[in-house]
Amino acid sequence: MHSSINETKSVGLSADAAGAGRATDFRQARRRERRYGYLLSFPALLGLFMFLVLPFLMAVGMSFTDQRLLSPNAAEWVGLRNYERLLSVDWLVQEAERSDLGEVVRDAGGEPEFPSLRTVLRGDPAYREYREFTSWQWGEKRYVLLAKDPRFIQSFLNTLLFVMLVVPLQCGLALGLALLINRQLRGISVFRAIFFSPVVTSIVVVSIVWTFLYHRDVGVLNHYLQALTFGLVGPIDWLGDSDWAMPSIVIMSAWQACGVQMLIFLAGLQGISQDLYEAAELDGAGRWSQFWHITLPGLRNTMVFVILSTTVQAFGLFTQVDVMTGGGPQGSTSTVMFHAVAKGFREQDIAYGSAISVVFFLVILLIALLQKKFFDAREAK
Amino acid sequence: MTANKRLKTLGWYLVLAGLGYLFLFPLLFMIVSSFKPESAIFTDLYSLRAILPVGELTLDNYQGVFDKSRIGHYFLNSLLITGGTVVMGLFVNSLLAFSLSRLEWRGQKLILSAVIALMIIPLEAVVVPMLLLVSQLPSLGWEEGRLVLEGSWMNTRHVQMLPFVANAFFIFLFYQFFRDIPKDFDEAAKLDGASPFQIYRHIIVPMSGPVFATVAILHFMVMWNQYLWPIMAVQSEAARPVMPGIQIFFGRETKWGEIFAYASFITLPVLVVFMIFQKRFVRSLAGAGIKG
Repeated sequence: MHSSINETKSVGLSADAAGAGRATDFRQARRRERRYGYLLSFPALLGLFMFLVLPFLMAVGMSFTDQRLLSPNAAEWVGLRNYERLLSVDWLVQEAERSDLGEVVRDAGGEPEFPSLRTVLRGDPAYREYREFTSWQWGEKRYVLLAKDPRFIQSFLNTLLFVMLVVPLQCGLALGLALLINRQLRGISVFRAIFFSPVVTSIVVVSIVWTFLYHRDVGVLNHYLQALTFGLVGPIDWLGDSDWAMPSIVIMSAWQACGVQMLIFLAGLQGISQDLYEAAELDGAGRWSQFWHITLPGLRNTMVFVILSTTVQAFGLFTQVDVMTGGGPQGSTSTVMFHAVAKGFREQDIAYGSAISVVFFLVILLIALLQKKFFDAREAK
Repeated sequence: MTANKRLKTLGWYLVLAGLGYLFLFPLLFMIVSSFKPESAIFTDLYSLRAILPVGELTLDNYQGVFDKSRIGHYFLNSLLITGGTVVMGLFVNSLLAFSLSRLEWRGQKLILSAVIALMIIPLEAVVVPMLLLVSQLPSLGWEEGRLVLEGSWMNTRHVQMLPFVANAFFIFLFYQFFRDIPKDFDEAAKLDGASPFQIYRHIIVPMSGPVFATVAILHFMVMWNQYLWPIMAVQSEAARPVMPGIQIFFGRETKWGEIFAYASFITLPVLVVFMIFQKRFVRSLAGAGIKG
């Protein structure tokens, strides 16, 4: 009996001891886990910090200096000068030149003549750093828009134009293709792969091939365009005409990249419950009505993601321009990124290039927030 | 199948075939033309022959490219840069994701939100300052048998690799996958005294084949097609990869057959990977969209 009591006691004691031991074990295990947590996280965090966070902070910092890429001189603080140069716009009105008699001087074509803008800008300290961005003539007056860096303003507007054209085109095309291949047909996966194949091809290679297809004289595009319109239209100098160059890049870019959005839409479509369509069918809803009331609302979240990511991507337009047009003709395809690389890298003005990068990032952030807000508001309704 | 339905099906196939032609034409044309003499490219251009390997076929264009440019060298550079970055990336990114999803440590919530927030910073926004950064980082080099610090990161292979190893998006993909693996496995291993790294190696990695494959493929594509960064950070031929290589060739040469041969040659690796892993591509990108 005694022994058995003793036994229980001792078992109880050892259980207590084991419990205390387990608690220390547990604490040790926790501590070890924490140590491993830091250790295993370190390499990736170091990479993200070194090559994403740090350059980003550097961009912000350097945009207030006159840092150059290879320069023996230390960078100096210049305050907002880079941003001023980047964003300053102004305007002036020029009166036509008049003769001594007060008559408007006209050239051979009967157009009024204006004083040389260069001389005017040079002569006025307030305008000294400005250059002409664009101008309109109205009667005997000439309205001139000025900017300290007209090429940046132009690049910014070009980028906006690209985004506004390519996002609807690319997303629309992607949705159309997704609807098309979202059906039970033999061999449909082959078509899915075909529509996706331009995505895996490098945009550099695609741009080179399309430069050939867009060629004014031998290009396939002009050939079929002329054949289809019986020679009424064209030939268009797709990449050499300042009105056509950007739309040409838009078409090619949408074609190249829409496969990604197609797949995302396809997954979205397959996530919509089939029951909804069957119920609608019973209610006698037509195809169009089903699309409008079931498909589109069902794709809402997908749509937010697709439009947002396409917009952000479109703002970074660079490679196509660099390969196909070099920003020309007359700067009509220069973009924010193209300008940033031209200044920051080719002209080695890192500080100014950084200022452009910061503006670029702020625009992307703004768009992301706006779109999110817009879609959140719609959701709230 | 009723006649009506059959007609409808035929209609869909016609639409698909027409669109398929538009999407396939440039790539097929490029590959087919790379095997044709210069004159044949132009005579075949406006008919179906443009995308068919018919008439006289030759390897002259490829011969020309290899004679005129160091394409083989650039190709090797791209292979090394891409391979190295993808391997390092798989390891480093999955480790952070593992640490975030399955270990407990102070500050991990903050780090997770930071990683997600970083996904929005595009590469383009940081290339200009990064150029200054790498121009001032010293490289390790050998000089008279001694290890020395010299020069900068410019014009090297590693300047094209190291900045792209850690990637917020890939970390996120790993994180999502690891998070959904039941915790019971870890608990059992922990009781047996396994260290977190052993759990990662012997439990998580073997169960995560799909996400490793997905990230490897996506990372491979991104790296192989790099253009903006190498044209800035690499001017020397020694470290130049294929995309800047073809851009320079394109700017200098006028024979389209050779340009297409160059383009086809450097597109080959991605096409091969795409054809092998086609289904995985589809699933991975679609999944990224829904969850992202």
